Amino acid sequence: MSEPIIPNMLRSRIIEAINGNTRFDGRKLSEYREIKIERGISKNAESAVKVSFGKTEVLAGVKMGLAEPYPDSRDEGTFMTTVELHPMASNDFEMGKPGIQSVEFARIIDRGIRESGFIDFKKLCITEGEKVWQVFLDIFAINNDGNLLDVMGLAAIVALGSAKLPVYNKKEDKIEHELSKDSLPLVKENLSFNMTLHKIGEKIVADVSKEEESISSYRMSVAMGEAKESPRITAMQKGKEGAISPEDMENILNTAELKLKEMFPRVKEEVFGK
Amino acid sequence: MEKNGRQMVVPGQVIVTGNEYLPGDGAYRDSKDVVAKRYGVIDISEKHIRVIPVSGAYYPRRGNTVIGTIIDVLFNGWLIDFQGAQNAFLPVAEVPRYINRNELREFLDFGESVVVKVWDVKSRGIDVSMKMRGFGKIEDGIIISVNPNKVPRVIGKEGSMVKLIKDATNCNITVGQNGKIWISGNSIEDEVKTKNIIDFIINNSTANGLTDKVEKHIKSLGLKVDSPEIIKENTDE
Amino acid sequence: MNNKMVKSLYEKRTDKRKFDEIREISAAVGVVPSADGSAVFQTGSTKAIAVVRGPRTLHPQHMQDPRTGILRVNYGMMPFSVWDRIRPGPSRRGEEISKVCEWALSSVVDLSEFPNTVIDVFIQIPQADAGTRVAGLNAAAMALAHAGIPMKEMISAIAVGKIDKTLVVDINKDEEDYREGEGSTDIPIAFTSRTKKITLLQLDGKISPAELKEAIELGKSACEKILEVQTDALLNGNKEKDEVKSKKEKK
Repeated sequence: MSEPIIPNMLRSRIIEAINGNTRFDGRKLSEYREIKIERGISKNAESAVKVSFGKTEVLAGVKMGLAEPYPDSRDEGTFMTTVELHPMASNDFEMGKPGIQSVEFARIIDRGIRESGFIDFKKLCITEGEKVWQVFLDIFAINNDGNLLDVMGLAAIVALGSAKLPVYNKKEDKIEHELSKDSLPLVKENLSFNMTLHKIGEKIVADVSKEEESISSYRMSVAMGEAKESPRITAMQKGKEGAISPEDMENILNTAELKLKEMFPRVKEEVFGK
Repeated sequence: MEKNGRQMVVPGQVIVTGNEYLPGDGAYRDSKDVVAKRYGVIDISEKHIRVIPVSGAYYPRRGNTVIGTIIDVLFNGWLIDFQGAQNAFLPVAEVPRYINRNELREFLDFGESVVVKVWDVKSRGIDVSMKMRGFGKIEDGIIISVNPNKVPRVIGKEGSMVKLIKDATNCNITVGQNGKIWISGNSIEDEVKTKNIIDFIINNSTANGLTDKVEKHIKSLGLKVDSPEIIKENTDE
Repeated sequence: MNNKMVKSLYEKRTDKRKFDEIREISAAVGVVPSADGSAVFQTGSTKAIAVVRGPRTLHPQHMQDPRTGILRVNYGMMPFSVWDRIRPGPSRRGEEISKVCEWALSSVVDLSEFPNTVIDVFIQIPQADAGTRVAGLNAAAMALAHAGIPMKEMISAIAVGKIDKTLVVDINKDEEDYREGEGSTDIPIAFTSRTKKITLLQLDGKISPAELKEAIELGKSACEKILEVQTDALLNGNKEKDEVKSKKEKK
């Protein structure tokens, strides 16, 4: 079966519905689908988790290694994010080397984590200039029913939050096939999670379905966290061709802030535990 | 295992042994046995045994009604995507009025939706027609997608299920065998409610007493059920 | 069972199973809702997800076959499925496994009703503890059936092993890595459900023809149990409806 081309009449009907605050699945415009999280997906990983929003589902895992640090950050660990938009998840995804969408998603997620200071890279240094920990975050799409980026973003931080460092045998300078009880050095105050809002018709919509996603004029991803009770934006990315009006921008930021207040307590709990 | 009182089989399972039955669609004969060639529900008619699929892609058959979208305009007709393995071709001769070569896009343009009838299934695709009454361009309403194998449950015995929904929601409903359903009502809210009811049927399609469950669900949406005419125990294709 | 004159070094299995005992199995279908067919199959800690998309038009056109549809299998392991992270992207091992699985499945599917199309089967391993290709094949057979693809029979697969001189079924990673005595001989094998033909057979290690015949018989009976689980999952374990999974307890 090939992926549906959205028929013109359906496109205009969805827009009409959304302008009237109605979504086909009965949700409100800023309402998220049911979020499910499962940990312990792979016993061979430092952590591996499954996260889904409704039917959109991804797996994310953390693996670690040892390496020499980069010359311009001799006392910092390294971090790399990969995203696989695998053809098993959707008729739109093809086999072969990563397309621009998986590259963009990987870079957005990577930046959000790296630049917010969520990982304390200095604590990942074993011997300055010689040996540091490498953190690999690999994200894999299982089923696409819209809003993959946000599902991947949440899976990424949950995976990082539940990861345990492997045991490092200093004498023999190698990693044992065993996990320690130590978590990754994470800076709790710098936690942020990604929310992508889409412009459809005249409205701003959160957690879009696959059909809504295909007809939106633009998307705006905002990563936000809370520092000392006040909201803080750590990353943003606009995608697709539409242009944002000043009113839209105001609306987007207000919606993001509202969702942050609503969802952040649960996000914190899922990442760090109760 | 049972599904509405009918047995399901997996490929390679023996359905019957002996020579009284002929293998039909989804079954084959291997010396004494009639064996399932597909995962699905066994259907035994007088002399034939077939296995009816419950999942998987839609396979077009002559006479089927399908709903699709125009993806290409050629010099002699239109190419339609109806989510089958191949596309459908609507020749310019198979539309209700005379269209000359220059008017094709005016009549049916890219992205427009149509209800058509399958009249020939070939290896490179299917040929469809829009000449008969009840077929044509879709101008309004919404189109939803469901598992094509569940379409018979949406239609119901002699159309009783789809009539139940129509009466409750006041919407026109055209069901394509390819799993596309066109809903057209007075308001978007009515159309979304109709979608909701159809989704309910799909999710509960293997349940017993489906009609009763559907009536309950319709009432829970604040709509009315017109009871007397309904043919209960809607168990047949 | 092992009529050996010389005693084998491998007397007890590392996880205390009997020699013909399969690890705990679970299986379910419908795990990827947007696909035409999908399934998950797990023995012990080895888990495989298989997804079928198709029949769909095959591009480029010159690769199409006007007489029949084409089966295309792609097997891969997720980076975090094993302790030593696997770099994402194609690998030679993945390509080889894809091909032998494709051959195994092609012998039972009948794609003559779908000329010019392709049926894609994607197999991915999120967690591995040996026997990944046979787990993948078991999941793939279920996913193809779930997708309504015509198949003359089902396919069931198991990894038989000879650990030193002991024949066992459903080897785990420790057994795969066994180095003492004659070491480990790994024999993944797949049988068709009705005619019991062999559609996948690979071997590496050292084994006598007599031992191999015995291994094949062991594999055949293990595959009967695998088939029971696959059938049960298809008939009862539809994940789209509920969380019911078909489970076979450790014997």
